[in-house]
Amino acid sequence: MDVSSQIAVRFQGVSRAFGEVRAVDAVDLEIHDGEFFSMLGPSGSGKTTCLRLIAGFEQPSAGSIQLYGEEVAGVPPFLRDVNTVFQDYALFPHMNVGDNVGYGLMVKRTPAAQRREQVREMLEMVQLTGFEARKPSQLSGGQRQRVALARALINHPRVLLLDEPLGALDLKLRQQMQIELKTIQHRVGITFIFVTHDQEEALTMSDRIAVFNRGKIEQIGAPAEIYERPRTLFVAGFVGTSNLLSGERARRLMGRDGLFAIRPEKISVLLANQPPPEGALCEQGTVRDVVYLGASTRYVVALPDGAELIAVAQNSARNAAALRDHPVSLTWSREDAVLLES
Amino acid sequence: MANAARSAPRALNIGQQLSRFFFLHPRLVLLLLLALPLGWLLALYVLPLGLLVIQSFYRVDDFSGVMVRELSFQTYGALFTPSNLEIILRSAVMAALVTFACALIAFPLAYYMARFAGKRTRSLLYLAVLLPLWSSYIVRVYSWKLILANEGVINWLFEALGLGGVRDALLNLPVIGGSSLSFSYLGMFFVFVYIWIPYMILPTYAALERVPRSLIEVSGDLGARPGYTFRKVILPLAFPGIVAGSIFTFSLTLGDYIIPTVIGNSSFFIGPVVNTLQGTTGNVPLAAAFTVVPIVIMGAYLLVARRLGAFDAL
Repeated sequence: MDVSSQIAVRFQGVSRAFGEVRAVDAVDLEIHDGEFFSMLGPSGSGKTTCLRLIAGFEQPSAGSIQLYGEEVAGVPPFLRDVNTVFQDYALFPHMNVGDNVGYGLMVKRTPAAQRREQVREMLEMVQLTGFEARKPSQLSGGQRQRVALARALINHPRVLLLDEPLGALDLKLRQQMQIELKTIQHRVGITFIFVTHDQEEALTMSDRIAVFNRGKIEQIGAPAEIYERPRTLFVAGFVGTSNLLSGERARRLMGRDGLFAIRPEKISVLLANQPPPEGALCEQGTVRDVVYLGASTRYVVALPDGAELIAVAQNSARNAAALRDHPVSLTWSREDAVLLES
Repeated sequence: MANAARSAPRALNIGQQLSRFFFLHPRLVLLLLLALPLGWLLALYVLPLGLLVIQSFYRVDDFSGVMVRELSFQTYGALFTPSNLEIILRSAVMAALVTFACALIAFPLAYYMARFAGKRTRSLLYLAVLLPLWSSYIVRVYSWKLILANEGVINWLFEALGLGGVRDALLNLPVIGGSSLSFSYLGMFFVFVYIWIPYMILPTYAALERVPRSLIEVSGDLGARPGYTFRKVILPLAFPGIVAGSIFTFSLTLGDYIIPTVIGNSSFFIGPVVNTLQGTTGNVPLAAAFTVVPIVIMGAYLLVARRLGAFDAL
């Protein structure tokens, strides 16, 4: 088998400029067939423009975009084997649910009986059996979301693009839809490209994540890789939170110059008189603030030179609040501190 | 101390008491709010319209020429004579053609304004559409009479471009032609379209502007070519706006009095006929019956529009 057929989407040096602004700046990217791939970044980072470039709503200013080995620059959306779920769902207000879902088949002039059958199957998959005659205005946000999903999947695209599809839903519904989306992806077995600014959503759902910043990709990798080994300062700060070690402290603790990131949950809080584990790195400080988070507690610890480190620990029997204003030692293992690219 | 302060009602001044009273009686506020506009509507629109309809069922005594205040269908019998039906048909056909032409011209402009024009261009176009409405309607109609006259600028333009033959061919067309553009149905049609077109552009623009870009994109995304998207998405969603505009252009043309009087070959339209009947002829019931015709036509038109789904997307 040809290697390129395993690659669903390939960007080579793709740029998209809007006037002076480079929304997407020389991006290289490979998305594998059947992958759940997330594009994560703050608003204006270029992730949505990348999605629109794949859908064909935007054309690249420079570079090459391939879908399954085929160059698609200059190919309009209606000739691409890709479908999109829009952020605002974009359901046709003048059509009922059945006609919305069946729109793609109507375009292809599929006979009515066949169309009805496929619409029924799709609505069954998104758990909206029997909703054909309703108008979009009669549906809740979560139901509209499902209709948009069914409509995008009915043409059996090779790639499904999802533009922050869960952004408008409340937390419970969002978590439920996250699971459902994964289930549906396993069932239809196609490539999902998912745009989000919610790092938790990206971490829980994706096979791989691309972290976008200012039109460029900062890092691509599996969720654990992105979280455990952030490559840049931006990734360390955008995906979860990180403590930073630099300058004299980095030299003293890590034995070299550079910028190091360490996750708060990798730091243990010990009473000042407790000995640190063998080989662990250790800093002394005073607890400034204790924040109860339910399952865990966040400690803000001031170091003698005024810098602060944040540690998060699972809640146990210990009375965390009593540690406020007490001296503690913070310890962590050397390999948990990650050297960032400068 | 704190408890005592809470249990004792605070002394309110008269303004606060009044505000509190209104706050506790929202229905009263609504009534006060609507009293003026509803009273105005009832007294000056609904009531006279009712009287008008009632008058159309009165009749004029053939010998004395005095209005008989008894309800009968006699006046409607007189309305549906061939010559009167011709007037109604002529007015309705003119109104339909004017509406169609307005829609045809307005749509591309409204589409451009709503989807492509920049902020500045859009404001300029908006202004350009509205600007003619700032000057007197009668002045503009009389200007058109001069523009369309044989000595007018259009004729001069035809001559200057060596297209005198084209003009003559147009004027020699049966029915719509005439001795000059200002004395023909053709000229009247132009002036109607000119006068009413802002009323078509603005609602069409408003409707198109509310079509989210994502709806157009998703249609293409699902495989529809631009033409299909236009027919199945853009047009149906703009349709309520076009219908709203056509209600203006159609009804305004149907009942207009000035343009058929000033422009054209003095053949009768509903507006001038009503004027003559209630003034010169003194047949108020027949004038009233003529006035009911556009109301009925518009009612039927709205029903058909609703059947076609014009208001589904509202």
